[in-house]
Amino acid sequence: MIETNDLSKQFNNNFWAVQGATLNVQPGQILALLGQNGAGKTTTVRMLTALLAPTRGYARVAGYDVTKNPKEVRMNVGVLTEQHGLYLRMTGDEYLDYFGKIYGLDAQARATRSKYLLDYFGLAEASRRRSGEYSKGMKQKLALARSLMHNPSVLLLDEPTSAMDPESSRLVRDEIARLRSSQRTIVICTHNLAEAEALADHIAIIYRGKILLNGTLDELKRRVLGPMEYEARFADAFDASGLSLPPGVEVVSRSETSLKFRIESPQVANPKLVHALTSMNAPLISFHEVSRKLEQVYLKTMAEAQGLAYAA
Amino acid sequence: MRRNWEAIWMVARREFVDQFRDWRIVAPMVLLMALFPFIADDTTQEAIEFMGRFGGNLILERLVPFVILVIGFFPLSFTLVVALESFVGEKERGTIEPLLSSPLDDHQLYLGKLLVGIATPLVFSFVSIVIYLILITRRDVAFPSFYLLALVLLLTFAHAVLMVSSAIVISVQATTVRAANLLASFVVVPVAFLLQGETALIFWGNESVLWYAIVGVTLLSALIVRLGVSHFRREYLLGREIDTLNFKQLWLVFTGRFVGNAESIRDWYAVELPETLKQIRRPLAIVLLLGVAAIGASYLWVVVNVPGYLDISPEIENRIKTLVNQNLTDLDDLSGQISAPVLFYHNARAVVIMLLLGVASFGTLGVTLFLVNMGLVGGVLGGASLLGVSPGLLFAAGILPHGIFELSAVFLSVAATLKAGALLVTPQQDKSLGELLLVALADWSRVFIGIALPFLAIAAVIEVYVTPQLLKMIVPYF
Repeated sequence: MIETNDLSKQFNNNFWAVQGATLNVQPGQILALLGQNGAGKTTTVRMLTALLAPTRGYARVAGYDVTKNPKEVRMNVGVLTEQHGLYLRMTGDEYLDYFGKIYGLDAQARATRSKYLLDYFGLAEASRRRSGEYSKGMKQKLALARSLMHNPSVLLLDEPTSAMDPESSRLVRDEIARLRSSQRTIVICTHNLAEAEALADHIAIIYRGKILLNGTLDELKRRVLGPMEYEARFADAFDASGLSLPPGVEVVSRSETSLKFRIESPQVANPKLVHALTSMNAPLISFHEVSRKLEQVYLKTMAEAQGLAYAA
Repeated sequence: MRRNWEAIWMVARREFVDQFRDWRIVAPMVLLMALFPFIADDTTQEAIEFMGRFGGNLILERLVPFVILVIGFFPLSFTLVVALESFVGEKERGTIEPLLSSPLDDHQLYLGKLLVGIATPLVFSFVSIVIYLILITRRDVAFPSFYLLALVLLLTFAHAVLMVSSAIVISVQATTVRAANLLASFVVVPVAFLLQGETALIFWGNESVLWYAIVGVTLLSALIVRLGVSHFRREYLLGREIDTLNFKQLWLVFTGRFVGNAESIRDWYAVELPETLKQIRRPLAIVLLLGVAAIGASYLWVVVNVPGYLDISPEIENRIKTLVNQNLTDLDDLSGQISAPVLFYHNARAVVIMLLLGVASFGTLGVTLFLVNMGLVGGVLGGASLLGVSPGLLFAAGILPHGIFELSAVFLSVAATLKAGALLVTPQQDKSLGELLLVALADWSRVFIGIALPFLAIAAVIEVYVTPQLLKMIVPYF
């Protein structure tokens, strides 16, 4: 698991790269860390890997304090760095074997693990070629394989699917989901909001070193975009002027053939609302939740942080 | 322990194999390594012919060891790039972060890089030397003895360790490979000068003196490795992209340390300076001990050995005494010979030189220069003793009056230099190497400005105006 409290990092030039980051990611959960370039995502990950010493606050990763037990932290963390960081004159085989040795795996374990990962990521055929000859996506997959080589309980992945083709991205996302189901604690830094939305249990939005928002996707949507919205569609024009709205429901927009509601407690209000509509013989085709994307949450949060108006 | 060495070897082996996979690295190295022994062999033949014409047999005997030393140095200088880019190169290529994120210890990473940095140039140096040795068997020139050959090879090894350990410190501290390569001159040029000094030792003919060079270079290398390991921090490798030279910040760090919390000069003398003096108690004790030992050893060496070299007859002894008497009795003060400000300037300059040498060598060269000076004092007293002059009387009248101030200033300054050197090789988690250097300089400056300069000024006045009078007074007792 990952637990931080008031985690902060100030560099020598008195610049606070991260300020007061408090996070809690349990085994079997994925946290997506979102933010602009230079927001402090990489610095946070580096503190969690015990590469940078926190200026203030603390962090425990895989049960170890990053300041007191940096070696134990590194032993239990798999890191995919911003750049793939491959030794381009080594073959895929050699590269994984080298890192397996560094993490103290014996020859048998190295061979088995390396074969599994190379097969899984479709790199088996290229395993005897130097990684300098690999495509961008292949390099990224090999780097990801490196981070998984020692079967770590915590994974810190910086842009795990960048430069990958859609099939490979899917493969990596599936692997991340599989790792979550095997009780790994995972942090993903990404600019790919769709990916974050698809994978993450928790999302933290960081801006200029400060975490502006942190919670589940539903919590963030509610907090940033307000109560959930539902749309009723009708087969013909429907006059809703006589409609009595249950408490906690308001009409946001209307047209001849549709009504959009903002509803505080859908569990309580929705049955009543549908009942009210059908009682008025409304030609109801559908009643569904209006889809709201993480992108809207992110852009609105960023716009507010920068004092700009958000255009939905 | 075994796991520790395995990890170091793992880091070194990967890099060693990796660089031999790149023909752009290997080809020029192999070419230069193979070419240079042939050029040196040809030069040796030219030298043999030249010496043969003018009868320089003594030089010819020493020619081969000298050329071996040069051949050994040559590959060191061009393979230094391996060590120079060891960390900063990986940083530029983005390969350092996965390595730093691994459970390898700092010293395992550092020593692994050091090992490959040393192994590569040594392979090329020794292969070059072997090629040359094979080539000169065809020449009519004295082959060096096994002992001398072993000494020269050891010296080449020591040079490799010195150059590579310095280059790796540069590689850790530099932010780009380009900057690291530019800084290489600060490694190659001093070692080239060192080589010239060692060449003089080889041509001098006293082979055993080379041991001093080997021990000295090894000691310095060990200190540099210690410095490197102490200041190796993953954070600095990742945290610094661009180094901006902020003079204002540098000045603030320096003055902050120099002034401390003092609000007035009196406050500074009462609180801050004593604090610094407290910190240099141990180095001061070491310096005092070494200084007294140097004076004593030099005194004894002169008293025991000089009579064997020089036959001082009673007639010569009388002539020397007369000369000294005349010179001293004609002299009321030294102002006609040297002025107090000039003397002050010379002494202050000597103390600063000791500091500069000390900072460059973690205190060792500064202390060495100090020991040479103390040795001279012992030598003068020993010489006086041989002439029948009481060394105690000479010391009391000719050295002690100004020496109370001058020697105190020198002892304290050298102790501060030693402390500065020790500070640089001591791990400090919260300070970079640059900050530490500024702190060390500020501490030294406290002693230099607060005590040494006023003491040297007083000493200069006493030496010019008082010491000659006192010497005149004791002339009748000579």
